[in-house]
Amino acid sequence: MTPQARTVEVDRRRGVLSAGASGGPRALSRITDDVVRPLNAWPGGGWCAAFAAALTALAVGIGCVCYQVATGIGVWGLNRTVGWAFDITNFVFWIGIGHAGTLISAILLLFRQHWRTSINRSAEAMTIFAVLCAAIFPLIHMGRPWLAFFVLPYPNWRGPLWVNFRSPLLWDVFAINTYLTISLVFWYVGMIPDFATLRDRGADGIRKSIYGALSLGWNGSCRTWARYETLNTILAGLATPLVISVHTIVSMDFAASIVPGWHTTLFPPYFVAGAVYSGFGMVLTLLILTRSLMQLERYITIRHLEAMAKVTLLTGSIVGFSYATEFFTAWFNGSLYEKATLYGRATGPYAWAFWTMVACNAAAPQLLWFRRVRTSAAALFVLSLFVNIGMWLERFVIIVTSLHRSYLPSSWVMYRPTMIEVGTLAGSFGLFFTCFLLFIRLLPMIAIWEIKAGASGEAHGAAGHA
Amino acid sequence: MPREHVVATYAEPRALIAAVTELRAHGFKIYDVYTPCPVHGLDEAMGLRRSRLGLVTFAAGALGASAALAFQFYAAVFDWALNVGGKPDNSTLAFVPITFEITILAAGLTTAAAFFLRCGLFPGAAARLAEPRVTDDTFAIELRWRSNRFDTGEARRALMRSGALAITRTVVD
Repeated sequence: MTPQARTVEVDRRRGVLSAGASGGPRALSRITDDVVRPLNAWPGGGWCAAFAAALTALAVGIGCVCYQVATGIGVWGLNRTVGWAFDITNFVFWIGIGHAGTLISAILLLFRQHWRTSINRSAEAMTIFAVLCAAIFPLIHMGRPWLAFFVLPYPNWRGPLWVNFRSPLLWDVFAINTYLTISLVFWYVGMIPDFATLRDRGADGIRKSIYGALSLGWNGSCRTWARYETLNTILAGLATPLVISVHTIVSMDFAASIVPGWHTTLFPPYFVAGAVYSGFGMVLTLLILTRSLMQLERYITIRHLEAMAKVTLLTGSIVGFSYATEFFTAWFNGSLYEKATLYGRATGPYAWAFWTMVACNAAAPQLLWFRRVRTSAAALFVLSLFVNIGMWLERFVIIVTSLHRSYLPSSWVMYRPTMIEVGTLAGSFGLFFTCFLLFIRLLPMIAIWEIKAGASGEAHGAAGHA
Repeated sequence: MPREHVVATYAEPRALIAAVTELRAHGFKIYDVYTPCPVHGLDEAMGLRRSRLGLVTFAAGALGASAALAFQFYAAVFDWALNVGGKPDNSTLAFVPITFEITILAAGLTTAAAFFLRCGLFPGAAARLAEPRVTDDTFAIELRWRSNRFDTGEARRALMRSGALAITRTVVD
């Protein structure tokens, strides 16, 4: 209101409306308090220890990448036969992790799965950090990352010589960049009302001005809310086919080639299911840790964990079925090379990786048929670690076992990662956890407005039927 | 001419919707309603039109798709045709993935931009709050009129009847 405004009259009635079915105003205010409290309190010992570990890993990774860029990618264990290994394994692994975030925030929104509201914000954050980690690997694999802009179709003086639009690797560039951009927009748009809440509640000084700037002058007008919900639905509708396209295109990096073990039409659905499976594994790992670290058990309940466990079971079973299908196809189509590659996976020098992968991805999730496992946070945490390990190994198995024994037996070799590659992988975990730990300290990790809408909506519905 | 703003607050959405329906039935024009979260049924009670953001999405998506496809065709067929593995210059099917990605990118970014423009949300915009707690736990109805328009007491009585927690009248000179 303008400076000339003067309040002339205030009529107040206290206790006219005894706390309604929603528990009255305090119930909504308490949701704000619960989410805002960890942002205002000093970090606990657990957070500090985790942050120190993440920063250390990140520093190791930065050191390894600097050394590799300065020296050349000869410091990796790649050779003339195995031209893709750790780097592309890590790339596909991280991209896959991101998919659960979009699934939770977009697909479950369209299906009106209300249980997603407590976990969607952190899952979306996870998506963004995972895509950032993923983007590093193709970039450093170029060897001269400062020339990375060559992948963009910009007018140049070399003809202009355009990029090859027929190449799945270029499709990847567009897919990853679009995915990162749309995920960022979706994430940010989702946080605007919460930034306004933080601006008006509990923040002071510099944080108040930062939240104020980020809230873009949000005032809770019902007209804005109406358009806002439309925008969210549209973005969810766009993100849903997008997320499927991203991993489909990643799988085409392999499937569009003629390498035995890669050249199969099964890859797109198999990769998408695997991505969601690995993503849910990572969401479980993170949220089981975070809910106890930030005392948010009231919002991220066992019911949420159980729902995620069911998605993990479904997608894990699709992944297991795909492994079987790959072998069936190799046996049934009669291609000598396809058969040799697939049998080589199970019996060759990398059989240890293959069988660990089968144990983690096809066997372990079957435990989730049992309700007792699904409702135990400790059991789910252990299982989620198996999922993460298994899905990393899956990409390693697909990439390395298909390449290391090609058509020409004289070029058969073994691939072993160097310490630089291991350090770079550790660094990507460091980056991911550094970002995530900062996120849970600085931004509302639970969508305050969505929880409130759920709480007041339920009360409204209950009252309406009463 | 001085203006009067009357803000009535409510603790929960049920009372809010009842009040909105009641006021509109009595012919009062509601300036705006402020809520900490989206309220189911409020759009209908307020008689808000369906948002036309979807049209923006469609237009931007169609434009993005055409531009991406046209550009790839121009670059690969006209400007510098390159023989890659004997594939035809116009490999339309191979242009589909990038066309799809650009469609989504254009549609998503344009829709978000249209939303910000339409709602007047931009960095540095001052938040004009009807009541300090509307972004936390309070639901508010705001009425505005020129001071001598009609009997404001009637509106305040209607708000009181609707179960408002507090009613604040402010005169802006």
